[in-house]
Amino acid sequence: MRLFVTILLFYFSMFSFEVEASQKEVEDFDPMDMIMHHIEDSHEFHILSYHNSAGEKIDIALPLPVILWHEGGFHFFMSSNFARGEEIISLNDSDEYIRLYHEKIYYTDSSGRINYDEQGNIANSKPLSFSITKNVFSLFIGSLLIFWIFGAAARKYSKRGGLSVPKGIQLVVEPIILFVRDDIARAQIDKSKADFFMPYLLTLFFFIWINNLVGLIPFFPGGANLSGNIGFTLALGISAFIAVNVFGSKEHWQEVLTAPGVPFFAKIFLVPVEIIGLFTKPFALMLRLFANITAGHIIILSLTSMIFIMRSIYVAPVTILLSLIMMSLEFLVAILQAYIFTLLTSLFIGMAVNEH
Amino acid sequence: MEGIDITVFGLALIIFAASFGISKIAQSAMEAMARQPEISSKIQTAMIVVSALIEGATLFAIVVTWLN
Repeated sequence: MRLFVTILLFYFSMFSFEVEASQKEVEDFDPMDMIMHHIEDSHEFHILSYHNSAGEKIDIALPLPVILWHEGGFHFFMSSNFARGEEIISLNDSDEYIRLYHEKIYYTDSSGRINYDEQGNIANSKPLSFSITKNVFSLFIGSLLIFWIFGAAARKYSKRGGLSVPKGIQLVVEPIILFVRDDIARAQIDKSKADFFMPYLLTLFFFIWINNLVGLIPFFPGGANLSGNIGFTLALGISAFIAVNVFGSKEHWQEVLTAPGVPFFAKIFLVPVEIIGLFTKPFALMLRLFANITAGHIIILSLTSMIFIMRSIYVAPVTILLSLIMMSLEFLVAILQAYIFTLLTSLFIGMAVNEH
Repeated sequence: MEGIDITVFGLALIIFAASFGISKIAQSAMEAMARQPEISSKIQTAMIVVSALIEGATLFAIVVTWLN
């Protein structure tokens, strides 16, 4: 309890410094801008910013490598070359220039002009980018964590034998793996086929869970909105689509395409609905993970911005309490979304491969 | 209606319907669990699956509302 109070006081004092700093600031704090900046991907990993004694705003950020494909060749450079969109870089020393504009790279002319079409959208074309962005960086960290945890567990199993009493890291991973096998895979998929899908389902579960948790860490190595990125969830949705449809049995395809045992006039409606259903299932999986994780990040950040909107230190205890509650809820959501994604994927796989 | 953003109204309607649907599932699941505690894990799985399906439809509606 004393430790808890100490931590709370420490946390409180940190916030109070930030409030004092923000009151000196003349410019208005825009919570929407801050939140959107956090939610979106970026070419640098922003760590912190502060005001020095002269009142200048100083940002500390980790520049990340930019990798571009342009006219048959790759271009490598650090994102600090862009100087946050103020520098215009020429490729191949030719008259083709690129610049960073709102965290995206565009082709432009030597003056760095950004053109808009009638709808107000940016008309400049974009180079093909394979950059290590903030999300990719976070993905590497999550993957390294997974390799580290499961590499250590696998070494232990090969040294001690699979049937020995679990010890150390085995005690952490074994119950979860057994839970995924018995309550998710074997409960939905026929026993003879469930073990074939186990590597995929286990990877799915731990990949989503650990990346959700890395995204919840509020400071430097974590905190990227990776699993709330639509591209990330799209890749997972496509993998689920492949797993369901490539390994689907003959009966499954017959049921989808011909709807046996249904009168003809009902088939006209049912078969298109079934075919659309093949695509909407992974689409819903994709949207669910994206919306849940993004919403979680937005709520926590909005609660933190409350202090700066109200410009009062007395809001801080309320905000900290609410943030604490939301953070605990997000820890639950992190594992719940991994569970739901894996459960629904194995349910769809079970529908496609089970004999009945 | 002046002053009411139709998008916000649509979102409110979506959330109202979705929470109503999910609460109905939770209600009947809890009643079933109270009656038969020994199969509560199975009921829980079914409950999560069905509420996930409702949530999926809700998210579709939210995305469509945003896009318009």
